Amino acid sequence: MTSTESLLEQPTPVRSAPPARTRRERPTLTAVVTWVAAACFVLVVLGVLVSVLVQSFATTWRGGWWPDGFTAEWYGRAWTTTGMYDALVNTFQAGIAVVLICLLAGVPAGYLLARRRFPGRSVVMLLMLLPIILPPMTYAVQLAALMYRVGLGGTMTAVVLVNLVPTLPLVVLIMVPFVEQISPSVENAARVFGANNLRLFTRVLIPLLLPGMLAAGILVLVRTLGAFELTFFVSSAQTETLVVALFGAISNPGGVPISLTAAMAVTYMLVAVLGLAISLRYVTPSQAIRQRHR
Amino acid sequence: MTLTAERTPAARPQQPLRHRLAERGVDWTLLWIGPAVAIIGALFVYPFLYGLSISFQPLDSDDPLANYTDFFGDPYLRDSIWKTLRLAVPVALLSVAAAAPLAFRMRRDFPGRQAVTLVVLLPLTFGSVLVAQGMAQVFSPTGWINLILTSVGIPEQQFIYNYTGTFIATVLVSIPFAFVMLMGFFGGIDRSIEDAAATLGAGRAARFWRIVMPLAAPGLVTAFTLCLVEAFAVFPSAILVGQPDNATHVLTLPIYDAASRRSDYPAAAAIAMVMTVLELLILGVLMLLRSRLYAGPSSGGKG
Repeated sequence: MTSTESLLEQPTPVRSAPPARTRRERPTLTAVVTWVAAACFVLVVLGVLVSVLVQSFATTWRGGWWPDGFTAEWYGRAWTTTGMYDALVNTFQAGIAVVLICLLAGVPAGYLLARRRFPGRSVVMLLMLLPIILPPMTYAVQLAALMYRVGLGGTMTAVVLVNLVPTLPLVVLIMVPFVEQISPSVENAARVFGANNLRLFTRVLIPLLLPGMLAAGILVLVRTLGAFELTFFVSSAQTETLVVALFGAISNPGGVPISLTAAMAVTYMLVAVLGLAISLRYVTPSQAIRQRHR
Repeated sequence: MTLTAERTPAARPQQPLRHRLAERGVDWTLLWIGPAVAIIGALFVYPFLYGLSISFQPLDSDDPLANYTDFFGDPYLRDSIWKTLRLAVPVALLSVAAAAPLAFRMRRDFPGRQAVTLVVLLPLTFGSVLVAQGMAQVFSPTGWINLILTSVGIPEQQFIYNYTGTFIATVLVSIPFAFVMLMGFFGGIDRSIEDAAATLGAGRAARFWRIVMPLAAPGLVTAFTLCLVEAFAVFPSAILVGQPDNATHVLTLPIYDAASRRSDYPAAAAIAMVMTVLELLILGVLMLLRSRLYAGPSSGGKG
């Protein structure tokens, strides 16, 4: 889960197409094995996701190839069942708040880490790396205990705060290569023409960094939607997000009908997939910026 | 700055503190990093210290070490370390082994490259709760996988609510994780190095073992390490598609049990500390191993 950021480290494929070969290499055994294994994996993943989709339209499905009948009723019920509707609203409220705070705090920090050498820089870098490397379960409970101690336990504020821990460093580390792509002479020119820090940021840097900020923002949104462990330990029944509600519904089979949770899951999946598709378009920083200059 | 000051102490009046600091990179713009550092400090570093301190203040005992002696004294709790390793090590090995060949092939452009990337990344985006929900249907005794198996004459298998269930669920999320990391690492290996070796007469096997493997090894070790650490903290799928009271009673479950069911945060924090120390040990040992591998440039010279 700490992962989407590593995508950014790959250099852009700028090579031109290789010269056409007269002799086509025949596929090796390893290539065949790789593609068969990859196909199996993709099929299982799609099967798992499609089954949730089918489940969400099923009247009843106790096993077998297809459910007994199809209905769109669950989607209607998902909006009227109070707990579920609240969970969806909570998810997006928390997600948007986290994205805004992350960008506000993360972009200037990323800028500074990319441009400047100062004492303690490596400590700051380590501080940004650790929350990404360590899985949330290592600090979720301590963080929840602290939140309950200061009286924020179960509130929306706590849900937003805990989700900042893995996502803010993500924004900082994503912004660093994007800032490095901008030539310092652009900034110097702006300074020569009398721009102060604020104008430099709002008129020059933000427009140039927009693709990176968009990519980072979407990744943060998707990760907050899917963050289970951190939200699970601090949220209450009123402030739980969709994944936490899903977990509760699945682990307690007597409660909400499984098709209802599937309908909510599909809604959430659509949003996440849209976000992923958009962020993949921007995920190689140098590419994104080159396109702007073209 | 101090050097000049020592050389000509009287000739030049000492510059204002602001200027001397600015020369070392310290000035007011450094405050831009303040909010980010403050947030991580208050919500990551401080909770760790807080958790460490409450773990020595058990709820129902005067012995400050009671939480730790309880954990290591109870075979059921102690064994969760072994059960975690038994799950996480095979998961990490399989994930890297499965993701590496695919990620390696992603270096060249081919039709459908983006579509493959998108589908492989889906489980990572959706998270293990959603994967577990779908698995409960697909891998159930009357689910699609078993229907396919029985139709080709293989007897029905019990895939979920045991070790296998958690294993599959974790692998489904871990392969994309390894894949993304390895794509980043392998993208940095210049293909002209391989081409040069081919020009010089190296065959396929020689190119793989002498050129590609040494260059890829650090990335493979890093991906294995991070997959292992991530799988070490497997949580929702151990409950939803595993056998949480027995075969998949992993380290996170006593934490969950203490925090959510008994509201015993000191005990939960103590077990989380044990888990953190184990993870840092894994990280340290494997990164030490990595530092012994090839660490030179992996791209061709520009000249």
